[in-house]
Amino acid sequence: MDAATILDNNHELSLREFPYIIRWRDDRCTRCGRCTTVCPVNAIEPAPHVHRRIYSEGSAPNPKAEREIVHVVKQVTDVDRYCTGCGACTLVCPNEAIEPEYNPRHKLLTYKNKGGVPFRRGGRRNDPSTSTVDQLKFTRISMLTDPALDAGRHEFRIRTLLGRNLPPEALPLRKRGDRLVVSKTHERGQAENGHTAHGFIPPVREIYPIRIGSMSIGALSPHMWEGLAMGVAYLNEVEGMPVVMCTGEGGMPPRLLKSRFAKYFILQIASGYFGWDEIVHAIPEMTEDPAGIEIKYGQGAKPGDGGLLMAYKVLRLIAQIRGVPEFVDLASPPTHQTKYSIEEAVAKMIQSMSMAWGFRVPVYPKISGTKTAMAVLNNLARNPYASALCIDGEDGGTGAAYNVSMDKMGHPIASNIRDCYLDLVAQGKQNELPLIAAGGMGKTGNLAANAAAMIMLGASAVDTGKHIMQAAAWCFGDEYNRCNLCNTGRCPRGITTQDPKLYRRLDPDKVAERVVEVFKSADVELRKIFAPLGRSTELPIGMSDALGVADQSIAERLRISYVC
Amino acid sequence: MCRLSAITSSEYFSPMENVMALNTMKEGHDGSGLGLVLRDLGGDFKELKRYPILSGIASREGLAELDTFMSGLGFREVHCWEPDIDGRAPEPELGRRDHYFAKAYEYPVDIQKRPQAEKEELLLDARLALRELGEEDESIFVFSFYPDTVTLKEVGDPLELGRFFRLDDGKLKARIILAQGRQNTNYDIYLYACHPFFLQGYCTMTNGENTAFVPIMEFLTSRDFPGYMGYNSDSEVFAHILHYTQRQLGYPLTYYKDVITPLAEKEIDARKDAEALRLIRRSLRPLCIDGPNCVIGFVPDGTVFMVQDAKKLRPGIVGGVPGKYALMSEECGLDEAVPKRDQREDFSPMKYDMAIIRPGASELVRWSQLTP
Repeated sequence: MDAATILDNNHELSLREFPYIIRWRDDRCTRCGRCTTVCPVNAIEPAPHVHRRIYSEGSAPNPKAEREIVHVVKQVTDVDRYCTGCGACTLVCPNEAIEPEYNPRHKLLTYKNKGGVPFRRGGRRNDPSTSTVDQLKFTRISMLTDPALDAGRHEFRIRTLLGRNLPPEALPLRKRGDRLVVSKTHERGQAENGHTAHGFIPPVREIYPIRIGSMSIGALSPHMWEGLAMGVAYLNEVEGMPVVMCTGEGGMPPRLLKSRFAKYFILQIASGYFGWDEIVHAIPEMTEDPAGIEIKYGQGAKPGDGGLLMAYKVLRLIAQIRGVPEFVDLASPPTHQTKYSIEEAVAKMIQSMSMAWGFRVPVYPKISGTKTAMAVLNNLARNPYASALCIDGEDGGTGAAYNVSMDKMGHPIASNIRDCYLDLVAQGKQNELPLIAAGGMGKTGNLAANAAAMIMLGASAVDTGKHIMQAAAWCFGDEYNRCNLCNTGRCPRGITTQDPKLYRRLDPDKVAERVVEVFKSADVELRKIFAPLGRSTELPIGMSDALGVADQSIAERLRISYVC
Repeated sequence: MCRLSAITSSEYFSPMENVMALNTMKEGHDGSGLGLVLRDLGGDFKELKRYPILSGIASREGLAELDTFMSGLGFREVHCWEPDIDGRAPEPELGRRDHYFAKAYEYPVDIQKRPQAEKEELLLDARLALRELGEEDESIFVFSFYPDTVTLKEVGDPLELGRFFRLDDGKLKARIILAQGRQNTNYDIYLYACHPFFLQGYCTMTNGENTAFVPIMEFLTSRDFPGYMGYNSDSEVFAHILHYTQRQLGYPLTYYKDVITPLAEKEIDARKDAEALRLIRRSLRPLCIDGPNCVIGFVPDGTVFMVQDAKKLRPGIVGGVPGKYALMSEECGLDEAVPKRDQREDFSPMKYDMAIIRPGASELVRWSQLTP
């Protein structure tokens, strides 16, 4: 035996290299086995330890040594089974005997590339710092000259418009006596300065300014998606809040598509076109138009990257909805295959999708935050059929991506939206093309404040995804790389998995209930923000004089007040 | 809070009537300024209605510069009103200026037969150029340049200023006069921040605070119309919204109310013009004022109106008799302006209402946004 190789364990990792270290208490553990069973990555396992026990019997010291075998819970040092810190073990332990502890000096990224495969995960950017949006404060407080409103009793209209608004100069109106009427289609003029296209009046929806962003059925478990959908329907039909949610790429159940609830959904088409065969076939039987069509060109969490639904997530239900065979990898390319120029891809796609629903549905692109956003914006500004632009910032989430894409690629949302809004202002089109801000809304729990700040920077609406997963479905994920197992199909909460054993843990009714609670409380908070600003009738889009920040460079960049 | 005093009459009357009404409301203003706009002029200007009148203030050098500029453009002065200053009255707060003036001009020869719109464009360009010329060194202030309209603004107590200018000497009279006693709350005392604001026949004055000022200002300044500028006061946007909706978009007057205080979607359904109104509400969404504001104004044909939004806790009031109506921010001002009236007919427009008095001041029309 070569003693050296055995004794130094030279090619193994020590626990100090791992991001989470399991704290296990021998004295509390009953060896029930729940923790090792529930661990989604098998980072802990039952292991026999041989203890050497010294004991003495009789009245005089008579030490004897005994070897005994003890069962312990041991953390493995295989980097592919690293503890993600999800804490499912703690959750199921009946005796508070186990808990993962964050190790700030870990070296996970140094080693998590076995087989030449870079670290892949789900979740969000691992950056726990306070985002720019979260640093913004509302500093214009109405008091005596313009008394603050009573957030509890005043009438508030917290609504926004999804869809393109014609410039006032292009409205097809004529006087009839002392009233204005809309001109008949044949009376309307030809396209003029790009304002109108043959008298076309674009479709516009009045919606709640916080939307549930695109998360696909497939990436999400059936229970999670169902819970979100039920919550949204309840908000609309019982609470009177016109909240809409986006399907993400992958379609939606045909029965739901043909139901009256279809109007609460934005259907997303992305580069894989998954689910669209089913959608197109369902169109003749649809009783309601969808709230909108989102054409996904990019995603904030993994800009320039495509999508991938792993084969083990493509179970029968998903395969049916997406119109594909079971258990095959579903790759969405990084770019739409039809795209060889922005004019070709964006204009044609917008028109094709508009045409499918008789030009009655707003159609807009979603892009990832980027320095080039204004080029896209200006193309859309001149396209009379483009209904909005959704920009997804770097703090957005994803079900699966390379760690490097999530951590190092992308553009913060605040300056991206602000630049686009001010560009529209310079053209006088700030009310024509709504901007929708996504990525990091509610990152630290301040959903309403983040939404209000983005609105005052110029957004017409915001999308939230991760926050809803956390708030409504108890997602473990955070910016310290906790859990983030969405890509593995082993989500311990049953949110991003197609494994019935896992998703049965998640009760759709409870998810729906939480969705309603989250939106109702955000609505109260929005009133508490808008009331002291004296705004209640229309959303304070671009009301940048209400914002302040205690960082001079941010203030200059966003053209808001520096306060200290 | 600014005090507002508007009077419309079938007969010419003196601006001192407005000033006296302001004086009864003095408790609410600190006497930091007076703004006056006179429309449908009598007195010296009764026979000069077709000539554009340039109103302003200038230093001695500024006036010389102004005269050179105007003659350079081809304008020929046909009449100049300067107040007959009362030397015994207290001087304005910032001291007496060299020249307060309202000069009527003959149009340049090459423009005389051009359409009215073209003339108005020239008048606006000339006023804006003069403003630029004298704004930095404050040698020239120009408030309006338009036919049949005189504007006078100065810092100080309204009643003292009225006496200082001898506004009751009969030389300045009109059938419509808007006056504002300024409460200086937000801005430095600056003449261009003083209401009423006038643009091409459209005029408003306001009290309250405009919480939606920035988005409105950005929307107006991006309309590519040179007159949408200034904004030394957040109230200036009210005049420009009026101008934009009426002159530029050609909407009937009541739509001003629908634009600045839009109905909710469900309320729109009850209107016969719901389809048009819905489009207007969406396309003009940034012009919602969100208050609290009371707006009094007039349009070129001489119709005077008052509106306010739902947040205006202390509404203005309108009352009068056929032939003379007053629109005031306080009831005591109304009592001063038209004491012998049926008070039961007084009207405080609420959140859906618009008080409208057509030219000739024969009756007060109460219009509601909820009217089908």
